[in-house]
Amino acid sequence: MLTSSPAAPTILSVEQLTKSYKSGDRILTVVKEMTFSIAEGSTCSIVGPSGSGKTTLLGLCAGLDRPSSGTVRLNGTQLNSLDEDSLAELRNRHVGFVFQTFQLIPTLTALENVMVPLELRGESQTANRAKDLLRQVGLEDRLHHYPAQLSGGEQQRVALARAFINRPKILFADEPTGNLDAETSQRIVHLLFELNEAFGTTLIVVTHDLDLAGRTQRILKLRGGSVVSDETNEHLAGAARSD
Amino acid sequence: MAWRDSRASRRRLLLFVSSITLGVAALMAIGSFGVNLRRGLDYQAKTLLGADMAIRARQPFGEAAERLFRTLGGEQARETSFASMVSFPRTGATRLAQVRALEGSFPFFGDLETEPAEAAADFRRGARALVEDGLMLQHHLKLGDEVHIGAYSYRIAGRLKRVPGESSTAGLLGARVYIPKQFLNQTRLLQPDSAATYKVYFRLPADVDAEQVAKKLEPDLIRLRLDAETVAERKANLGRSLENAYDYLNLVAFIALLLGSIGVGSSVHVYIKQKVNTLAILRCLGAKSRSTFAIYLVQTSTLGLAGATGGILLGLAVQYVLPHLMQDFLPVSIPFSVSWVSVMEATLTGFGIAVLFSLLPLLGLRRISPLLAIRASYEDGTRQRGDLWSWLVYGAILVSAGAFAVAHTRRWVHGVWFTLGLVAGLAILAAVAQLVRFLARRLVKRSGSYLWRQGVANLYRPNNQTVVLMLSIGLGTFLMTTLYFVHNVLVQEVTLLGSGQRPNLVLFDIQTDQREDLRRLIRSLGLPILQEVPVVTMRLASLQGRAVEDILRDPNNTIPESALQREYRSTYRAGPVDTETVTLGKWQSQAALGQGPILVSLEEGIAQRLKVRLGDALLFDVQGLPVATRVGSLRKVEWERVQPNFFVVFPPGVLEDAPQFHVMVLKTSSNELSARVQRAVVETFPNVSAIDLALVVNVIDTILGKVAFVVRFMALFSIFTGLVVLAGAVVTGRYQRVRESVLLRTLGARKRQVLQIMIVEYFCLGMLASLTGLLLAWAASWSLARYVFEAPFVPFVLPSLLALSIVTLLAVAIGMLNSRGVAGRPPLEVLRIEAS
Ligand SMILES: Nc1ncnc2c1ncn2[C@@H]1O[C@H](COP(=O)(O)OP(=O)(O)O)[C@@H](O)[C@H]1O
Ligand SMILES: [Mg+2]
Repeated sequence: MLTSSPAAPTILSVEQLTKSYKSGDRILTVVKEMTFSIAEGSTCSIVGPSGSGKTTLLGLCAGLDRPSSGTVRLNGTQLNSLDEDSLAELRNRHVGFVFQTFQLIPTLTALENVMVPLELRGESQTANRAKDLLRQVGLEDRLHHYPAQLSGGEQQRVALARAFINRPKILFADEPTGNLDAETSQRIVHLLFELNEAFGTTLIVVTHDLDLAGRTQRILKLRGGSVVSDETNEHLAGAARSD
Repeated sequence: MAWRDSRASRRRLLLFVSSITLGVAALMAIGSFGVNLRRGLDYQAKTLLGADMAIRARQPFGEAAERLFRTLGGEQARETSFASMVSFPRTGATRLAQVRALEGSFPFFGDLETEPAEAAADFRRGARALVEDGLMLQHHLKLGDEVHIGAYSYRIAGRLKRVPGESSTAGLLGARVYIPKQFLNQTRLLQPDSAATYKVYFRLPADVDAEQVAKKLEPDLIRLRLDAETVAERKANLGRSLENAYDYLNLVAFIALLLGSIGVGSSVHVYIKQKVNTLAILRCLGAKSRSTFAIYLVQTSTLGLAGATGGILLGLAVQYVLPHLMQDFLPVSIPFSVSWVSVMEATLTGFGIAVLFSLLPLLGLRRISPLLAIRASYEDGTRQRGDLWSWLVYGAILVSAGAFAVAHTRRWVHGVWFTLGLVAGLAILAAVAQLVRFLARRLVKRSGSYLWRQGVANLYRPNNQTVVLMLSIGLGTFLMTTLYFVHNVLVQEVTLLGSGQRPNLVLFDIQTDQREDLRRLIRSLGLPILQEVPVVTMRLASLQGRAVEDILRDPNNTIPESALQREYRSTYRAGPVDTETVTLGKWQSQAALGQGPILVSLEEGIAQRLKVRLGDALLFDVQGLPVATRVGSLRKVEWERVQPNFFVVFPPGVLEDAPQFHVMVLKTSSNELSARVQRAVVETFPNVSAIDLALVVNVIDTILGKVAFVVRFMALFSIFTGLVVLAGAVVTGRYQRVRESVLLRTLGARKRQVLQIMIVEYFCLGMLASLTGLLLAWAASWSLARYVFEAPFVPFVLPSLLALSIVTLLAVAIGMLNSRGVAGRPPLEVLRIEAS
């Protein structure tokens, strides 16, 4: 079995997950019958060569896409049975995202960008929590800047703050440092883990960055749409629960 | 290469280039219309007058005049016309009409258009009449009905549709009624001193040039106080006013084109921004900056040409409609033919302006660094402005706009002013648009739900062309509502004239011996007579001792002919009435012929035109009797009241025995009562005429309504251009929009929320654009009311709300139509979208 710790409940479980695309008359299977589960509160990285299906897998896990076959269970809910809006609601309540290309809304300020997930829920009085988070990522003096006025590292920090604002149970990050230089990357990785720890979030991160992968408790290696190795980083895995 | 590169976005580009289509269409249609109009005027020149020459007088022609006419030869026709009440016994209607008694075969050229067509000839053979079609429709009259004119009765032989050289609006106030001249005397309406116009129409022998004849006759005409009009003169007069209207339409079309071009410019800007990466790669692969520039210039020019071609096709359709819209104002029928000159001109103008405007963003291409391909930076290099080349392009745009305006206005100063005004107007509009947008954002930021804030924030999305849209949609809204307001103010002004205790019915042409009976009749109907004034007609014989004829012959004379030649209808009284104030000098309260100077009071305006001051000598010819006077006082007159006002007022004691008629001013409480009074008066006193304010209001309303329709038609071009630009902007910005909506979906937005944000965005866009237009329209209307019409400003809330909602609805509809499918995109795309 691939569960990391029998004591912790499972937040994400994937069974016989398959995704194929039709291109012309050829059928391309990008994710092949994957089965694994992730314990609540753990950290896990997904590594693999380009085109191995990492992003596709992430999308399926987060309910952004529907599998060709197999099931995904996120926070106890079968994703297959939900319609688009219920999936959106689920993401809004329990899931956070960080993207390689930051994905901020250009017409909103940093502060407003961070507030979006809560506001979509209709919550008011969200500014203070957003400000707190922006302070935690060191952007307290950039609250009213627009994305175009921020550097890449700063934009990604805003994205981090946005990802954590809804206190997600699970955070998906797709190559969060892929567009940044080494020094900035380090800073982002540091913040990611710091926030993750503070919020007790489950973290699933797709990365090429071995340094980043090395900091997660578990590393899934993909190749050609299948999991080819599943390593547990022993000392980190132990540490996580004892905190 | 250029063509290959545009493959992916060709359709999108074509859409925004089509924002010039409407402008080109309007230009072409109007240009062609103008050419056809001139052609129509040339072909039908002789029908403009219906004769080679017409000679006119205010009194019956004397023996000397008749002798002169006999020397001219050719064929002659006579017409005596005067204003009179006509009544229709079958329906009981009475109306003021222009009665024209015709003798001879006028018109020599063209036809009186009647229904049935034979009526134009038939009516001359008996006691029959041709009656203005509009009048017949209004009073439900039928062919064969009787019409009473004065003491005689005529049978209606036909409906009068068109008189050569007159537009159909000419008959609105004084409906035209033709009768044969051999049955004129039976009306017993014309006394030698009645106000009537006497005309002779000439058809000259084929080898005689009317212009030369008129020139040769001039001294005789002045001596005999006759007026001659030739075809060339009539044509020049008509042409001038038509050309003015045509110029105006042309400029409006040009504004539509400019707005469209601004749209093209900013769309190209967006397009280029999206191409920055491709360009940087091309540069890396060794493309020279000049050749990348050329690629895109060829691309946009080709599409510009396509847009212009589309405009020509659309223009053909418009050209077909335009004469129908204008026909009531046109004295000639307009042939439909395509003017290739106009087609060329519109194509070149549209194409040229579009290319100039797209040059601006294209110039930025030269600065794209190949480095961008390696490392995306936030400065993409298309933003910088202000180098020599861009200034040159700005200059070229201004110069070509100026050149167009100068070429299409009669005087180059007007063209320059138009250009400056346009620049200033667009700047003000843009400034107000920015302000409105800024305030909206502020307002929504403070309160408002997230959906609203996001929607409004989207107005600031770069490349959204919000300001261009607000310009064009705002301008259209502005034109429409200002026009509406002016129309209403004028109609209201006139309506107000008759409100309260103010008079609304004027009876005139009352003979002195009819006064007593008429008064009795009016009182028996229970109406008060508000005012009764005598009117004596006279002419100016000399000014400061110089005979009017001499002044007219003097080449250095600057006094307008109309002021010297006119028939002065004067009155006499001991002091000013409540519509007059003496501004200079003193009113003489009593005078007598032959005992000291007679001091008259002159209205300020006429004194200015005659260039006379206090104490100057005026000699009047009061129907044969010379009366020497001096200017004793100047008066300011409130003309806009329904009561007789006068240029010249005499003191009592001079004109009492001169031939005169009287005017009575009444106030009726309803249209029915007014009609009853008119009927009763005409029955007993057929020579008395009545002017009813309600009729005047009606006429003004009709005329303005028609003018407004034409202007509105053009304003719609501006609004539609705005909407096309909007459609283009939405399609161009679709990529960004998809990206954002997908992102929002990922963050947990429901499909409905994404839709709502988009609706809010277009709602705000339409709303703010029309609000900008309305704001300016209110400002303009207020100043017009205050400074031009000097009328109270009446807020027009309901129509404003209507304009607001229609424009907003249109914007939402177009926006949503072009955003189909955006909200429904699967959120997965968020992971695949590249940074842009
Ligand atoms: N919509 C699609 N249609 C067809 N093929 C796709 C589609 N999306 C992804 N793929 C293919 O799936 C494979 C895996 O892609 P992806 O999950 O993005 O890989 P990774 O993130 O590991 O680089 C790639 O070969 C890609 O070409
Ligand atoms: Mg990937």
